[in-house]
Amino acid sequence: MRFPCPLCGDRDLQEFTFGGAAVMAERPAPDAGVVAWDAYLHLRDNPAGRSEELWQHDKGCGAWMVVTRDTVTHAVHGARLTKGAT
Amino acid sequence: MRFSALEVLRQGLTGNRGWQPHWRDAQPKPEYDAIIIGGGGHGLSTAYYLARNHGLTNVAVLEKGYLGGGNVGRNTTIVRANYFLPGNAEFYSHSLKLWEGLGAELNYNVMHSQRGLINLFHSDGQRDAFARRGNAMINQGDDAVLLDREGVRKYLPYLDFDNGRFPIHGGLLHPRGGTARHDAVAWGYARGASDRGVDLVQNCEVTGIDIEGGRVLGVQTTRGAIKARKVGIVTAGRSGQVAAMAGMRLPVESHILQAFVTEGLKPVIDHVVSFGMGHFYISQSDKGGLVFGGDLDFYPSYAQRGNLPMAEHVMEAGMTLMPMIGKARVLRSWGGIMDMTPDGSPIIDKTGVDGLYLDCGWCYGGFKAVPASGWCMAHLMATDTPHEVARGFRLDRFRDGQGLMDEEGTGAQHNLH
Repeated sequence: MRFPCPLCGDRDLQEFTFGGAAVMAERPAPDAGVVAWDAYLHLRDNPAGRSEELWQHDKGCGAWMVVTRDTVTHAVHGARLTKGAT
Repeated sequence: MRFSALEVLRQGLTGNRGWQPHWRDAQPKPEYDAIIIGGGGHGLSTAYYLARNHGLTNVAVLEKGYLGGGNVGRNTTIVRANYFLPGNAEFYSHSLKLWEGLGAELNYNVMHSQRGLINLFHSDGQRDAFARRGNAMINQGDDAVLLDREGVRKYLPYLDFDNGRFPIHGGLLHPRGGTARHDAVAWGYARGASDRGVDLVQNCEVTGIDIEGGRVLGVQTTRGAIKARKVGIVTAGRSGQVAAMAGMRLPVESHILQAFVTEGLKPVIDHVVSFGMGHFYISQSDKGGLVFGGDLDFYPSYAQRGNLPMAEHVMEAGMTLMPMIGKARVLRSWGGIMDMTPDGSPIIDKTGVDGLYLDCGWCYGGFKAVPASGWCMAHLMATDTPHEVARGFRLDRFRDGQGLMDEEGTGAQHNLH
């Protein structure tokens, strides 16, 4: 797989580290309660097909991005920086 | 279909044209007492033990493809009981005992070979951790022997003991660990279940789960609707999609794990050898192929194949551990879909829906669990109470944080196991 890093262009999978489903960027409020925190930390849609995921270009520019990727075909559809990524 | 020496001789002399299928390829009936979704190792063993232990024979196993076509046919066949934490230890101990009697129980040669498993260590700290794990295994009633460097050399003279990064200080030998013939386990359970009256229905994909008033009534499939008051979801890497039909999100992420096999060689590796620091383990199949694998690719995938960086990493680790492996040629590689939980331990539990049960989260260790998983899932489905050795495999342990079973000690969080 190659990811289109918004800062560096197409780069190889080896330069990136998976950071979890994109929902990891939507942190609940500290007092949101057990159910919301359980859903955030543990429960996953785990889609077979198009998926939004966090990846970090840690062996490159270091930016965090949301990558849209197909979990069945490994096709990569795009990447955008997360808010405050740089 | 039964095998005997006489039958082999008779078939051999008559062109092998008289062999019969091992199980009935059943047509789905409109209603069963219980339905198992998923005809892999765990689903088939669940059906078998529902019939054998609980007398429930009006049961169907619904498989979207062909029996045993998923992870039970795609693993590296290792069978062991070397777990540390209460909850896991008694379960895998129970599973290993079932393995030891499985060939006789099923009257099917599952080729269970207790050739010994050796986990290598490379530092004083690791030695302490392995000594402690070995003591836990012995306390559980299983076996473990702490080997020093020379002890390992006696068994595995072909390793590179003086690698600069990971010199071998010793290993933990689990003599009762070993391998089994993966397909035969599925086939044996399938035949045993079918003979007891269980319907094994292939090419039957579940497309919906019928729930009314918080209780399961049956399933919708590509071969029509089927009613049942008890439904077990035993679908490994696909658990997320099936659970979604019941409106559930699971603490599961499906990841890819690759494995490799070389061309057939004369006997050279007598044990299962695990090199944890290199994320590498290896054994030799009875056909002679070196079967080895490494770590997850570490991203979600349903592709049943991995990418090259992890393949390269596994080859490098193999060369580091046993340079002789460089002479062998890789025949093929493949991937399996691992249902990873946050703490790396499985789930066998009821769900929020009456009559709907869940068996999943086997991460990369499901094969050795096949007998006990079926045993405990059948117990749960038949009696509505968890089996005593699977009490810890609760679905809600992540929410309340009670009873997490994090063998690796890395934290109960996705992507750390």
